[in-house]
Amino acid sequence: MLMRLFDSDRAGSVMLTLLALLIAVVPVANLLVPPESSLHLSTYTVTLLGKYLCYAILAIALDLVWGYCGVLSLGHGAFFALGGYAMGMYLMRQIGERGVYGNPELPDFMVFLDWQALPWYWQGFDHFWFALVMVALVPGLLAFVFGWLAFRSRVTGVYLSIITQALTYALMLAFFRNEMGFGGNNGLTDFKDLLGFDLQAGSTRVALFVVSAVSLAVVYVSCRAIVNSRLGRAVVAIRDAEDRARFLGYRVHYFKLWVFTFSAVLAGIAGALYVPQVGIINPSEFQPLNSIELVIWVAIGGRGTLWGAAGGAVLVNYAKTSFTAVLPEVWLFALGGLFIVSTLLLPRGLAGLFKRSKDAS
Amino acid sequence: MDYRPVIVMRMFTLLVLVSLWVAVPVSAADDPDVSFASVLAPLNTRDFEAKSRAIAAISELKHERAGIVLQALLDGSLSSAKSTKRIVLVREIETGYEVEDAVTAAPLGMLKRTELKRVSVNNKLRRQLRELIAHRALGANDPVARRKAVEAMTDALDATGRALLIKLRSTESDDDVLHAVDIALAIADLESSSTEERNDAIDTLHGSLNPLARGRLAALVAADDTADDTRRAAASALTAIEQRVAFFEFLQVIFFGLSLGSVLVLAAIGLAITFGVMGVINMAHGELIMLGAYTTYVVQLLMPQHIDWSLLVAVPAAFMVAALVGIAIERGVIRFLYGRPLETLLATFGVSLVLQQAVRSIFSPLNRSVSTPSWMSGSIEINSVLSLTYNRLTIIIFTLVVFAALMAVLRYSRLGLEVRAVAQNRAMARAVGVRGSWVDAMTFGLGAGVAGVAGVALSQLTNVGPNLGQAYIVDSFMVVVFGGVGNLWGTLIAGMGLGVANKFLEPSAGAVMAKIVVLVFIIVFIQKRPRGMFPQRGRAVEN
Repeated sequence: MLMRLFDSDRAGSVMLTLLALLIAVVPVANLLVPPESSLHLSTYTVTLLGKYLCYAILAIALDLVWGYCGVLSLGHGAFFALGGYAMGMYLMRQIGERGVYGNPELPDFMVFLDWQALPWYWQGFDHFWFALVMVALVPGLLAFVFGWLAFRSRVTGVYLSIITQALTYALMLAFFRNEMGFGGNNGLTDFKDLLGFDLQAGSTRVALFVVSAVSLAVVYVSCRAIVNSRLGRAVVAIRDAEDRARFLGYRVHYFKLWVFTFSAVLAGIAGALYVPQVGIINPSEFQPLNSIELVIWVAIGGRGTLWGAAGGAVLVNYAKTSFTAVLPEVWLFALGGLFIVSTLLLPRGLAGLFKRSKDAS
Repeated sequence: MDYRPVIVMRMFTLLVLVSLWVAVPVSAADDPDVSFASVLAPLNTRDFEAKSRAIAAISELKHERAGIVLQALLDGSLSSAKSTKRIVLVREIETGYEVEDAVTAAPLGMLKRTELKRVSVNNKLRRQLRELIAHRALGANDPVARRKAVEAMTDALDATGRALLIKLRSTESDDDVLHAVDIALAIADLESSSTEERNDAIDTLHGSLNPLARGRLAALVAADDTADDTRRAAASALTAIEQRVAFFEFLQVIFFGLSLGSVLVLAAIGLAITFGVMGVINMAHGELIMLGAYTTYVVQLLMPQHIDWSLLVAVPAAFMVAALVGIAIERGVIRFLYGRPLETLLATFGVSLVLQQAVRSIFSPLNRSVSTPSWMSGSIEINSVLSLTYNRLTIIIFTLVVFAALMAVLRYSRLGLEVRAVAQNRAMARAVGVRGSWVDAMTFGLGAGVAGVAGVALSQLTNVGPNLGQAYIVDSFMVVVFGGVGNLWGTLIAGMGLGVANKFLEPSAGAVMAKIVVLVFIIVFIQKRPRGMFPQRGRAVEN
């Protein structure tokens, strides 16, 4: 069945092959090749690559709702951040007595705020399995409730985009509050280890990278399976002619709700993989700007292709890393220019360019 | 030790003056400073009787410094310099004691504590001083000063004060002062032994906003020895007071809410044109506001001598700057994307990033300070509970003026007619000769210009920095969508309503929580009524 899935998806096969290659090469280049060799890959680079892969998962999640379902969410960063916070809470609990205040029960920021007991919503995060469930459940539940309200009352297009933006904005304001119990301004940081492995160790970083790469592959394959299925075709029909699909008897809002929720879960997983690698999660991840930047990765890569979105995420972020290192003040000009150019000249993104040249030949 | 020569010189002057006084008594009596100094001299004794006579004499003199000296004596800041025996005013500052001449106010430099001897007063003298000070103030020419004097006396009114007030009541013509006198006498009468007087006093205080009246009535109600009917009357007067206070506090919250709402309306109203009328999602709207704020900053840089008038110049300048940038955005980007709202959203977001970075590169990423004209500081005090600050008042009025002007343009001008025609039916409007693309550019320019004008107002309220626009973009969209797209009145009502709601939530929930609650409310509201409070009706809606 997997073979049939990729008969018509050459680019996807290329992407998966590339991922397999990375999974094979990166650990060797980082752990086995000696540091003085020119083939050595520094731990910093491994972490950076791992971060890009998390962004790629997030981009695929957005492409699923935007590219295939026509729902432009300007709040996907919120689901990403919620997944990240769920993982961050587990990592906070792992610190135990090694915090600055050495309190075995409470994280540092709670000691600092003079809290006496762990709030109820922190219970259970000592267990890794519980955190994993929450990584999927919290963003999924929020997306389900939000989507259920929005799609049922047929909030579409721009209105939906604006209220998703308001959603992430409201969450940002809420998480900035110290009273929320998520570390306020500073968020969650100073993580020590994950499942007993030291987060600073190179081998843990490589393992996280491999997990991210495998997750990306799994996410890609499952999304591809979804869009190729009957469900996927119905979703595309809804994107192109919502009213017609409704008149044909499809329960449009069920389809939208399902895709939106699934996408939010994927975004949450991306966030959970992201946090142990960068070592911090704070409310600025909820910024509306982050969510919009995410949209541009997908737009530049080419929406409605999945692999284009993943490629766009890696490319734009690679450009961001290089630009902000060399010419920090040019980055926003470049990003803004990218937005304008890609919407005006490349409505189907780089993937569209690639496809067109292939069609022409 | 640089004060020594000064003191020596002063001593010499004094000597000369004293010798003059001795030598030529007639002319000295004419010089008010000299006679004032001579009256002050007995303060430098231990004899309280002599001091009391001196105080009375000071008060008799119509010298301009007499009030200040009496007050200083009461405050304990009047001393005599040990070296010269002269009476000086002392002000304690961080590095020591700053001294000035009691008679002439001439600065005498710094002295050490050991070089000064405070003019001591006892309770009897204090009472005398208070009475005299109040008496002097009651005779002031300015009715506001007289009212303040009465209010100052209200707290501890004794028999002499009472007599003074009763005397004042017979001569006073100003209503406010008379009212203050009545309240002061009534508060004193609450302790009267006569039941009748007490009940009259309670009647007078019925619903008074004087904080003292409230406290005394509450004490009367709580006291054990109060007669039942008095207690009942006092309780009802107290309820009336609390109701009035609650009412004015309510008005105050409404006022705060309206001023916050005005900010929201100002920020959103340009968007109501570009988004509401044209259907363009302009994510760079916030940056157009920011450009308006920076224009204000530049205008103030250009005319530093005339800050008071700078806003009058800044408003048209900001309108022009933002409108031109807006037209450039429309011609350069948006016109290629009509009918594709999501793409427009992305492209204009790109524009907003470019504008932000441009401002950051030109003006630095730091906030710039914009001065507030002097006429915007201060407030109108309606009573002790309700006061309207001028800057909030100005912003409310300004918003209403901008709104009215915009409505007038859309309704009565040729451009407004064409804008509405294109919004209703583009093809038909073009068929009858309206230049569609020109109208698009002008409409967008109008919306952008109004955003710039909003920036002038916001520069008075918040920090002017590259992130100014971002802070308002989400709010602006919320207001427009909540009010109903394509409906300017809806925007006005939505903005004001949200502002007031926010201010009513703030005391119980805190500022941030209030904002979150309002956002969540709008999100839920849009689910229920996707087209806002005042939706457009008719065929034009479904496209």
